[in-house]
Amino acid sequence: MLAKRIIPCLDVKDGRTVKGVNFVDLRDAGDPVELAWNYSAQGADELVFLDITATHERRKTMVELVKAVARQINIPFTIGGGINEIADADALLNAGADKISVNSAAVRDPALIDELAKAFGVQFVVVAVDTRRVGNKNLVHLNGGRIATEKATFDWILEAESRGAGEILLTSMDHDGTKGGFDNSFLKQVNDTVHIPVIASGGAGSVQHFVDVFEHTNVDAALAASVFHYGEILIPDLKAILRQHHIEVREL
Amino acid sequence: MIGIIRYGAGNIFSLTAALERLGIKYGMVNSEEDFEQFDRYIIPGVGHAGAAMNKLQQTGMVEKIKSLNKPTLGICVGMQLLTEHSQEGDAAMLGIFPIQTLRFADSAQYKVPHTGWNRVNNGKENPLFKNIPAGSHFYFVHSYFIEFNEAYTLASADYSIKFSASIWKGNFFGVQFHPEKSGRFGEVLLTNFSNL
Repeated sequence: MLAKRIIPCLDVKDGRTVKGVNFVDLRDAGDPVELAWNYSAQGADELVFLDITATHERRKTMVELVKAVARQINIPFTIGGGINEIADADALLNAGADKISVNSAAVRDPALIDELAKAFGVQFVVVAVDTRRVGNKNLVHLNGGRIATEKATFDWILEAESRGAGEILLTSMDHDGTKGGFDNSFLKQVNDTVHIPVIASGGAGSVQHFVDVFEHTNVDAALAASVFHYGEILIPDLKAILRQHHIEVREL
Repeated sequence: MIGIIRYGAGNIFSLTAALERLGIKYGMVNSEEDFEQFDRYIIPGVGHAGAAMNKLQQTGMVEKIKSLNKPTLGICVGMQLLTEHSQEGDAAMLGIFPIQTLRFADSAQYKVPHTGWNRVNNGKENPLFKNIPAGSHFYFVHSYFIEFNEAYTLASADYSIKFSASIWKGNFFGVQFHPEKSGRFGEVLLTNFSNL
């Protein structure tokens, strides 16, 4: 049986992790490689690095980081942030990234998904979608939820799937940062419809939220940042409780 | 020393990184003359099986690979190349194993690609899975699979149907999962292969 995946997300700026990281035994909490190694040792199933660097040096910095991570850790990882063209993705693939995620660039130019899937295979292409409710509709948002588009999120996800997305990373901006739980009703609607894996994101605050998202929506994976970075949830404890709920998780 | 067979299908950075972490020596096989220097081989591969077979044919190494009698491990698409035929691109493969590479039927319940950690049931006593408990998780990411076959399946996994997670015939081995991304047990498997 395929295990449900637990995915810590690390924000990276200029090659360093940002957001407070509160691991007691880290020598350098800003070192993405050390943090990644630590998560992998705890039993994380996969990692996502989100690059928020805004300078033109970004690709070079990121390629070096990806190589360093690939040298050190033995679980898969995804790189997101600022991937606008095939050349960006190609550089990251050759540096050892298992997947890349595209968000705004794909919204602006949906054919990018087709091109990436054709060049590298669907298994390499994660489409990240930030959604927020406007009235009674979920609309795609850009720039961390700040800019609304006119695209209905559900339709956009189906389009992304048909264009060659291998996986959907769905973040509810209404739930993100609230620690009040995932957006289970929308996640279930999406997960019941698409035929590609779905990663739930936004709202994780407690172990019970992970139990709920897997039991209620059957998504393939759940992603979170701060609850892991601040040590509020330890991955071994989380997996033990998921197991008690008969949710299949990977054993180390 | 392991020779990694290079034919332009996918990146091998993660594989070589894993071998380096494990202290396993390797080199590159780019043409027929390079085979001699090595005592075992890995055929890597990601992406499209039909396209991978095309690229392999262009290297002129096909007949040499078929005639190998040293331990040879195909990984992911590199394993699918060892079969007779793939539905991906409706392409003839190397035909070392008389079995087929087929596509998963996708559904909302069984998403395709089959992505993530699945249990591998290594029932048969064999050197590749030495010190790896039956039912250990390995990392998979693939839309096509090799059919289960009593004679050649070394380890199976279940995803809507039972399929070959690993195959074995004489000196030829294949794994559908990515040992270089499969945590500790993946590393044990690579070490086992280097000690065959």
